[in-house]
Amino acid sequence: MSREKTDFWVGLFVLLGAIALAFLALRAGNLSTFSFAPTYTVTANFDNVGGLKVRAPVKSAGVVVGRVAGISFDDKTYQAIVSVNLETAYQFPKDSSAAILTSGLLGEQYLGLTAGSEEENFTDGGKIRYTQSAVVLEQLISQFLYGSAEKQGSTAAPEPAPKAQD
Amino acid sequence: MSGSNNAIAVLGHWVRSRVAAIGYFTRFFGAMLARSGIALSRPRLVSQQVHFIGNYSLLIIAVSGMFVGFVLGLQGYYTLNRYGSEEALGLLVALSLVRELGPVVTALLFAGRAGTSLTAEIGLMKAGEQLSAMEVMAVDPIRRVLVPRLWGGIIAMPILAAVFSMVGILGGWVVGVLLIGVDAGAFWSQMQNGVDVWKDVANGVIKSVVFGVTVTLVALYEGWQAKPTPEGVARATTRTVVMGSLAVLGLDFLLTALMFGN
Repeated sequence: MSREKTDFWVGLFVLLGAIALAFLALRAGNLSTFSFAPTYTVTANFDNVGGLKVRAPVKSAGVVVGRVAGISFDDKTYQAIVSVNLETAYQFPKDSSAAILTSGLLGEQYLGLTAGSEEENFTDGGKIRYTQSAVVLEQLISQFLYGSAEKQGSTAAPEPAPKAQD
Repeated sequence: MSGSNNAIAVLGHWVRSRVAAIGYFTRFFGAMLARSGIALSRPRLVSQQVHFIGNYSLLIIAVSGMFVGFVLGLQGYYTLNRYGSEEALGLLVALSLVRELGPVVTALLFAGRAGTSLTAEIGLMKAGEQLSAMEVMAVDPIRRVLVPRLWGGIIAMPILAAVFSMVGILGGWVVGVLLIGVDAGAFWSQMQNGVDVWKDVANGVIKSVVFGVTVTLVALYEGWQAKPTPEGVARATTRTVVMGSLAVLGLDFLLTALMFGN
């Protein structure tokens, strides 16, 4: 086979490899969610982060405004410290609150940010003071069982189907 | 008495020769790395080998990838359906392909398709005394013959593995979304949520590079070591597939434990 022809086929082969890698990175992987927008970092303390993971999205009103940058444990307060990278384009008041929520019934966990009403905005290194921990399914179930059992004990008469409490 | 002594001597000789073979294999690899400059000074030699090793393996790799993707789609759906989470099918197909099946199955096919032809080629060159003739002409056969083949294999293998994974994911999509009717949006979004570019895709590429080095090196070593007879070359070709496949599977376990261990 002539030189030109070999070069052409090898070039095609390498090109196909590049396309395959791009496909794996962009279509199958999460490279398309990488954002190069400038960010600022704020931290938040939680009693329980549940299944929150690093790089989980931070959403406000359902729109992704940043990503979880790191999760660590503070052995002074026995709380989890979650640091969050928020895009500089989005500014939030200092009394905004964060909650760990779940998309769908058993989906991925994400950080929900609800804007407050203060005039001043978060600066780099700021702290989210109002936080709400992740809901742990086992605790929810035990609360429900405990609540319905107590109700049955206090009222001797048989009850209609117990309602969920808390 | 002399019989048992003899058995011990045979065992000792066997262990010694195995250890020596490992040493020679390492030296062989080192000799090729030391002469790798030719890959840069004469890139045409390498691109010829990429053409020979890579392009000709493309069809078998793509067809195998497609069928592996089909099977993953069917079997994954069957299991996930029991737990009512068939939306995770895309994630299952993509993760198993990118992390394991892509690099490993490609390497096994690569050993069978390209490794055997390398061994047979080198072995026949040796049997036909072409390698000795080169040495007589002051051409270093390791530099001129083996090094371009090694680099051709190292370049071709990750490309083939990436193609295998891509075709496999598309195959899983055909079966899962088009034939069974899993929701297309959930299929892709679950996949993108779960597959990390650095942790999964990049580690899969690293694996395929390591396997490319392993399979090509074993194939070249067996050809180089082959007895210069028809039976010798036949035996060396068989050993390439056996040793190459075992080395790939063993290394895969080690690499998986290192990369995804925690």
